[in-house]
Amino acid sequence: MERILSVEDLSVEIGGEYIIKGLSFDVKKGEILTIVGPNGSGKTTLLKTLLGLLPYSGKIRWSKDIKIGYLPQRLSKDRFAELPISIGEFFRFKSKNDDKILNMLEDVGLGGGREILKRNPGELSYGQFQRMLVAFSLIDNPDVLLFDEPTSGIDIGGEETIYSLLREFWMKKNLTIFLVTHDLNIVYAYSTNCLCMCKTKFCYGSPKKVLTPESLQDIYGTEIKFYEHTHK
Amino acid sequence: MSLITGIFISAIAGYIGSLMITKRMALVAGPLGHLALPGVALALIYNFGIFFGALISIFIGAVFIWIFSLRAKIPIEALTAIVFATGVAAGFLFLPLEHAEEALIGDITDVDLSDTILAMFLSTIIFLVIRKIYTKIVLSELSEDLAKSIKVDVDKYNLIYLISIALVAAMEVKIVGILLTAALVAIPAAASRNLSRNLKQYSFLSSVFGVISAIIGILLFRITGMPAGPLIIMVAFLLFLISTIFCKNR
Repeated sequence: MERILSVEDLSVEIGGEYIIKGLSFDVKKGEILTIVGPNGSGKTTLLKTLLGLLPYSGKIRWSKDIKIGYLPQRLSKDRFAELPISIGEFFRFKSKNDDKILNMLEDVGLGGGREILKRNPGELSYGQFQRMLVAFSLIDNPDVLLFDEPTSGIDIGGEETIYSLLREFWMKKNLTIFLVTHDLNIVYAYSTNCLCMCKTKFCYGSPKKVLTPESLQDIYGTEIKFYEHTHK
Repeated sequence: MSLITGIFISAIAGYIGSLMITKRMALVAGPLGHLALPGVALALIYNFGIFFGALISIFIGAVFIWIFSLRAKIPIEALTAIVFATGVAAGFLFLPLEHAEEALIGDITDVDLSDTILAMFLSTIIFLVIRKIYTKIVLSELSEDLAKSIKVDVDKYNLIYLISIALVAAMEVKIVGILLTAALVAIPAAASRNLSRNLKQYSFLSSVFGVISAIIGILLFRITGMPAGPLIIMVAFLLFLISTIFCKNR
């Protein structure tokens, strides 16, 4: 498979402190890379750096003409509710084509006619809101998706929906997905590769290889009781 | 002529006010207006345009705040308080007493053709510029990272937006005076917020409410002889009260 991203000796320094130091990894087209690690381990910083939003040293090489979609952490539904902005207006940041917007919304399970374009995103339930954001990140047909904890604040049922939705689009559109998550089940169930981060320590490889009890203890500092379980 | 000037300035104040409420900056126009006092005082003494006096002194005040923020670890909000209060103090040192009312609450009758043309020209330019970046600023307010990730130059648009606010505040001094600049951006936009379901309605109604306040306020001034600036704002407040009755958002 063709390589879509190569990161070499990446370091990010914020306020005189290294958030990421000496990180190297490659991502191939069509991979689902999960990024795990404790709070403050630099996961969000890594995504922002890959997007070019933060200064860094080292090398980040995306393959040519790659379009990246991004869903930041904790986009607040309440913030949307404070503004008189309609779902249609929100999507028109990216696409002027209402039919395309409606199709996309239907694909994430928010169908039901043009009325939805007039509603405020704040009126949706958390699960619906998150699905709307997934639709927003997909509407301009990106090649790569960077998702920062897309399921925070959603109950388990809603979480399932989001991940199966992502998987569905991943297969249908030949996407490459970077997924920051705290949920180790997701890492096993969905990812092709896993990057486990803790500031200056990293491990990278297939989930089975990376998430051993020893490496988890090393990264999280305490013994994590997590056992691989197969569903078949 | 005063009516036309009032209409243009209050329309653009309402329009940009809708963005300022979105960014939780409605009060900023207050200190900016106050900062104008030294320049307004000079303009009244040496008989040049109040707008230019106001603009120069707002600009100098903003530069001071900026320099202090680079050199001291004091929050911008406190620096603004220091600079704007000092500006007001400095203004009163040499503000001719017979002009005090005009400086503080505005004097719409003192508008000539050049003022009107300037107001029309500037309001139109600011409207066209802000309309182009309006939704981008809203997006960056919802999530700066998201906006940056779709290549919205957040810093550039914020700068344009801030310069526009300074220009609007300087224009406002003419009709509502240095004391009341916050009202003209905050009240019509808040009334509009109560009644709007989307950004288009919101920004449009903000301007409309600004214009209605100006027209009725100036008419009342012609009838009663009370000062126009405060009348415009009382009308705006009345519109706001009515809008809370018909409020669509809870």
